[in-house]
Amino acid sequence: MITRINLLLLAALVVCALSLVTSRHHARKLFVDLEREQTLSRAYEVEFGQLQIEQSTWAMPARIEKIGREQLHMQLPATGRIEVLDRDRR
Amino acid sequence: MKSMRATHFRATATPKFPRLRAPLVFGGLLVLLVGLLGRSLYLQRIDNAFLQEQGSSRYSREIDVPAHRGRIVDRFGDPLAISTPVKAVWAWPDQVVATPDQLRALAAALEMTPAALNQKLAQGGDFVYVKKPVAPEVADRAAALKIKGVHDETEYWRYYPGGEVMSHIVGFTGDHDVGQEGLELAQQSWLGGKQGSRRVIINRRGEIVEDVKSIRAPQEGRDLALSIDSRLQYLAFREIRAAVEANKARAGAAVMLDVKTGEVLALVNWPSYNPNNRIRATRDKMRNRALIDTFEPGSTLKPFTIAAALDAGKVRPSSIIDTAPGTLTIGRATIHDAHREGALTVEQVIQKSSNVGAAKIALSLPAETMWQTLSATGFGAAPMTGFPGEVSGRLRPAKSWRPIEQATMAYGHGISVNLVQLARAYTVFATDGELKPVSLLKVDGAIAGRPVISADTARAVRRMLEMVVLPGGTAPKAQVAGYRVAGKTGTAHKLEGHSYVDKYVSSFVGFAPASNPRLVIAVMIDEPAGGQYYGGAVAAPVFSSIMGAALRLLGVPLDAPIDNVVLPPDGTDLREET
Repeated sequence: MITRINLLLLAALVVCALSLVTSRHHARKLFVDLEREQTLSRAYEVEFGQLQIEQSTWAMPARIEKIGREQLHMQLPATGRIEVLDRDRR
Repeated sequence: MKSMRATHFRATATPKFPRLRAPLVFGGLLVLLVGLLGRSLYLQRIDNAFLQEQGSSRYSREIDVPAHRGRIVDRFGDPLAISTPVKAVWAWPDQVVATPDQLRALAAALEMTPAALNQKLAQGGDFVYVKKPVAPEVADRAAALKIKGVHDETEYWRYYPGGEVMSHIVGFTGDHDVGQEGLELAQQSWLGGKQGSRRVIINRRGEIVEDVKSIRAPQEGRDLALSIDSRLQYLAFREIRAAVEANKARAGAAVMLDVKTGEVLALVNWPSYNPNNRIRATRDKMRNRALIDTFEPGSTLKPFTIAAALDAGKVRPSSIIDTAPGTLTIGRATIHDAHREGALTVEQVIQKSSNVGAAKIALSLPAETMWQTLSATGFGAAPMTGFPGEVSGRLRPAKSWRPIEQATMAYGHGISVNLVQLARAYTVFATDGELKPVSLLKVDGAIAGRPVISADTARAVRRMLEMVVLPGGTAPKAQVAGYRVAGKTGTAHKLEGHSYVDKYVSSFVGFAPASNPRLVIAVMIDEPAGGQYYGGAVAAPVFSSIMGAALRLLGVPLDAPIDNVVLPPDGTDLREET
């Protein structure tokens, strides 16, 4: 009787040990994935920063003004050509 | 027989050992055993660090966790400074072993000429940066050549998209991304990130498989939002630069404040420099003149003299001051007006910027009262913007004033200010007598100021300042189409050593719309040499163009007809000295 219980316990122990090994392996695999994703997220952050630099370089007021003046031929109207609309007086 | 022989054998096979041999051998072995045990105990328990480390280095590593420096953004969140990782390619010139072909390939990979590369390597010595910063892809291409003695490393590089427009406020970082100038320096502890580290377990492919513990948590740098409006900043920069160049001036600066919050919306200087490429940046170009330089303000100080007298009840706006014959002698010194006027009202003293009138009004006041008003409006004390190196200017204690000094101080000589101080002081006229605190960082909501003069006095001076820009005043060119403007010109002789020379600081400080002021703008042009030097001719037009465009950009409702600008006929400009 005692022997049978011992054998049962031994079997349970082996099963537990094996499942520990697999779950440990699984955990490590997940952790590697997590690390990879985190690295990726840092890389995206860096790229975001670079894109922000690029965007603000393209959107520099000096550049926009130049394009407005030279390519689109925009200019401020002279005072005499401005009509002011009064919202309160319809 | 057999037993006999055996006995005999036993008798002969048992040698005669020395008596102490067995105990000695036993003792010796025991000593060795104890020694071994002791050694193992020593290695296991006492001096185990070395072996532990050797052991753990086979499977665990301590790795750095990078933390980047916070961004600096303008009031709308547009970036003014961003750190991004780049590579630096460096070499030990002594150890570089490469064929000429390899060197040519390296130069091509790094987008530099072979001659420039050879020059770098010919410097000899321990360490030389071949090129930095380089994009990571470029560095990878260089590394792929596998030239001995050439290495690369990752470091953070700070980019300033605002370039020379923003450089004086933002400043820049030096080595290792540490603030060196401007707000980068002042806000180092807020912006700077602290690199962390952690211990991890790696597998045989070098992948991290487990976190053991965090040794130091990384501390990311925090973003810093400035009060600056990039669009207004650019606008002011463009105008100041144009004005300095047109007037062949030494330098120029402008400050724009939000009247409601005291925020600095724009702060520009010319000459300027590009913080992304500081090779040609001299100390002179890097000076943030608006905050770290002082000048004698000249006539822009007169309104404060008048305000002190109005507040003390010594004069009323319509009181008559006799300024004839345009000179006033005090002791051995004589004060001059640039143009002779006769009897003027207090309003006209401001409008026509009469030195004699201002001096007479000042002399009717006790020195202590005048000092009180000037001191309360922030003169003689640093504006507390937190900018490194900001100066307080000079306002001497009233006890040491002689009458001539009190008279000259009435029109802004014998006192020194910086431009931010001057702009800030005008908030007392733009509001109903409150001095607003200035801030270079974004402020949420309106900020209460400190009451300095009575609301009646503030309104009275505001009316006088409006007269300055009308025909008959010193600055018709400060007018803005569609808006009522108030302000004051200044044309101050410069002090070199102990005497005044024929060099000027032209200035204009004003605000608009006068019916409900939103912006204060102060403009200063240092040593204009293009023929004109009066504040009304040099600084007022700059004020007008910045103010007009800024109010339009901010969508401030008009408070005057669009055709309100009335310029006096040519040649009848009213001039002023100081």
